[in-house]
Amino acid sequence: MAGYDYDLVVIGAGPGGYVGAIRAAQLGLKAAVVEKDKPGGVCLNIGCIPSKALIHQAEVFGHGAELEKLGVKLDYKGFEYKKVQKKSRTAADKLSKGVQFLLKKNDIEYISGDARVNGKHEVTVDGKQTLSCRNIMVATGSQPRELPGFEFDEERVLSSTGILMMTELPKRLVILGAGAIGMEFAHVMNAFGVEVTVVEMLDSVLPIEDAEAVEVIAKAFKSRGITMLTGAKASALERGDKELKLTIEHGGKSEPIACDKLLVAVGRAPNGAGLGLEELGVAVEKGFIEVGDYYRTAVESIYAVGDVIATPLLAHWAMKEAEIAVEHMAGHEGEPRLPDELGPSAVYTVPEIGSFGPTEQRAKELGLKFEKAVFPYRGAGKSVAVEQPEGLVKLLYHAETHEIIAGHVVGANATELVHELLLAKKGELLPEDIATMVHAHPTLSEAVMEAARTAEGWPIHA
Amino acid sequence: MAEKVLMTALSPTMDEGSIVSWSKKEGDSVAAGDVLCEVETDKASMDYESTQEGTLLKIIRGEGQTAKVGEVIGIIGEQGEDITELVQAAESDAAASEADGAEADGAKAEASRGGAETEAAAEPTGAGAGDGAGNAEGAAPEARGGAEGSAEPGSAPPPPAADGERIKASPLARKLAEQRGIDLRRVAGSGPGGRIVKDDIENYTPAAGAEASRAAPAAAGTGVYGATLPAQDESIPVSRRRAVIAKRLAESKFSAPHFYLTLSVDMEQVMTARAGLNRELPEKAGLNAFFIKFAAEAIKRHPVVNSTWKGDSVLQHGSVDIGLAVDAGAGLITPVLRNCGAKGIAEIDAELKQLIEKAQNDALQPEDYTGATFTISNLGAFGIEEFTAIINPPGSAILAIGKTQKTAVVDEDDDLVVRPMMKMTLSCDHRVIDGAAGAKFLNDLKQMMEQPYRVLF
Repeated sequence: MAGYDYDLVVIGAGPGGYVGAIRAAQLGLKAAVVEKDKPGGVCLNIGCIPSKALIHQAEVFGHGAELEKLGVKLDYKGFEYKKVQKKSRTAADKLSKGVQFLLKKNDIEYISGDARVNGKHEVTVDGKQTLSCRNIMVATGSQPRELPGFEFDEERVLSSTGILMMTELPKRLVILGAGAIGMEFAHVMNAFGVEVTVVEMLDSVLPIEDAEAVEVIAKAFKSRGITMLTGAKASALERGDKELKLTIEHGGKSEPIACDKLLVAVGRAPNGAGLGLEELGVAVEKGFIEVGDYYRTAVESIYAVGDVIATPLLAHWAMKEAEIAVEHMAGHEGEPRLPDELGPSAVYTVPEIGSFGPTEQRAKELGLKFEKAVFPYRGAGKSVAVEQPEGLVKLLYHAETHEIIAGHVVGANATELVHELLLAKKGELLPEDIATMVHAHPTLSEAVMEAARTAEGWPIHA
Repeated sequence: MAEKVLMTALSPTMDEGSIVSWSKKEGDSVAAGDVLCEVETDKASMDYESTQEGTLLKIIRGEGQTAKVGEVIGIIGEQGEDITELVQAAESDAAASEADGAEADGAKAEASRGGAETEAAAEPTGAGAGDGAGNAEGAAPEARGGAEGSAEPGSAPPPPAADGERIKASPLARKLAEQRGIDLRRVAGSGPGGRIVKDDIENYTPAAGAEASRAAPAAAGTGVYGATLPAQDESIPVSRRRAVIAKRLAESKFSAPHFYLTLSVDMEQVMTARAGLNRELPEKAGLNAFFIKFAAEAIKRHPVVNSTWKGDSVLQHGSVDIGLAVDAGAGLITPVLRNCGAKGIAEIDAELKQLIEKAQNDALQPEDYTGATFTISNLGAFGIEEFTAIINPPGSAILAIGKTQKTAVVDEDDDLVVRPMMKMTLSCDHRVIDGAAGAKFLNDLKQMMEQPYRVLF
């Protein structure tokens, strides 16, 4: 180890940090993780995990309406949203402890404190403790982006963190930003009976997803009474005593909207600045740390992964990047980066979206020689049986070789179903391989098989 | 951990091979890429390059022995490792295989040295010579366009016992290889477990695969009859090349309805042109280069002759790829000159010389002899006056060239004159080429040869 305390010091114990540290331990490196908050990072504590807990509770709550259709009389009187919120905290705490356990199990030192990179091989914690190490991996993540004029007070103007901590339901909620975060909270809040308005600057909700898939969600949201204003912009906010008064520019007009709470979900800001990296010659651009192959910075001993670099801000990207970076430190020469088209994205609304690869629109812009196959969920008997027939499986494939280019699944369990297509892409399977594989009946996965058959020109249930 | 060394398919149509010689002895260390042994396939003798590393612990198939693709020919492992079990398993396999191939194997000891001579003796030898039968080789007729044989391991199914010898390739890689006519056996896999993936196909260059070809084995074909001729019947084992020739020509003759057209050509102008050109060329061009050039020019004017029957369509080839039947000693082979329509005689002749040399050294690669869209077979050098040839798929026609000889001809003035005449016979696949179309082509070819300025038309 040439006199270093550690082979690797990881800054940040989120999905990038803790996965990287464990992978390092597996490869025989001595690793430490420094975290200023809780193990698990945003994802486990104030992101993916608690929000999925809320979404699950929303689903459970929604079953009430289905029971009523069977004649069951329900009494909602004892319902308290704070119990819902508490469940989400329980889930987060459990998993955060789980991360701590995993670190311990792998003999990784967990150090609580604020880390700063002090040299190419040196990290200081809270300005006191100095750790020397062969490699440093920065995985400091991101935080909710603030919008000037709409600064978070976390009482009424909330970030995603604020709304996760909220223990009482507002009557009216406006959400700025219709990305995955905005749309997921719109779904949850609507399910619990909140009057929700989503305001999106771009022309469509979920603008990075495939338009055909988004249309299914937009239609479902509309029928559930969620107001979606696209091509719209909030221009002013007045924090009145009783309510919030927003001014929305929409369709060339200015329109006032009153609400009780406002969620600002217009993106996330990376935490790359102020760590001491710039002083060592590492470029940090608007908070993003610049990296090259294997996620290594201009300083050979320092790597950076996750939300703090300019790749999709998603937990599973961070995990994969950390694996690649750490394996490189251990002398492995694998793929130098996760190719964009092999990173899936998931939106946990009802219905869900699971996707990878370019949207149809994007594929056209890229000039790809592709064709598409679309199969509706309702063609798979199971979707009708479980009363979730809304959705589709969309496959983009190369016109000549039939190589899978992209998969877009919208509907129940889409975030799980998409992986069959992604595995096929990664393993270089062709649609015909999926088309000819037996899928159990009845399953939603049959829709994936039928989409592949559509690509081959012989869907059975269409 | 000791590993079996398996016979691999070194050419697209190979399903067994015989060991000509081992380059490594038992106990020698082996690095990946080292030549382990020389293997005679159905096409040529090729070097077997090791993909394994370690020490050659045991040779299971000795020189002169034959192994099917997928059978164990040796064992590589670490010095001093116990390999009794592997050896026993391999040897019992070998015994079983010998039992069912007793005849072939028994003859093999002889064939490894004598086999080539046996055939060579029976057939005329010499460059540019064909054996009437057009050509057999092509072996994988679709190798350029379809490469089905190579993409689908099913074409030469290895025995199930041969674990790991199935070519590991992703379905996408298989498809790309098929579309591009790349033989998967020549591609190194970079995916998990050595699987061939898309990138391997995209980055594949034929040169990399061709390096495997070797310099020059002993020149075959110095055939002399043995001092004592057999007094009784003798069963002579069929070489792999002979087996392929047999199979392919039978297929062609039985599936393509042949018809034949014959014309006499006055060769005086061709000979004058050749003499004139050769005064200027650094290397004298052979007559076959002229035949190829004239045929290519005539084909350009009659593209139907340059087609392939596809069952529900006729594929008219964009490139005129002319094969020339060559007797390579151990059997007929047809090296192919690509895109002859775009080449001059000097270029054609230079390429032809290279190919013939390779053919005689058994060094042709599959891409050198597959996919001829038209074929020429010239037996004039053997004194043959005229003959009919069997079409060489995927082409639909073959031109059989006879000897040029002084012939008494009645000229336009009804005088008897002596002219250098040559008879050529075109065999056509009637599914593709009708009588009139074949006749027009042949007549144009004759006129060009008699009045070479017509090439300018």
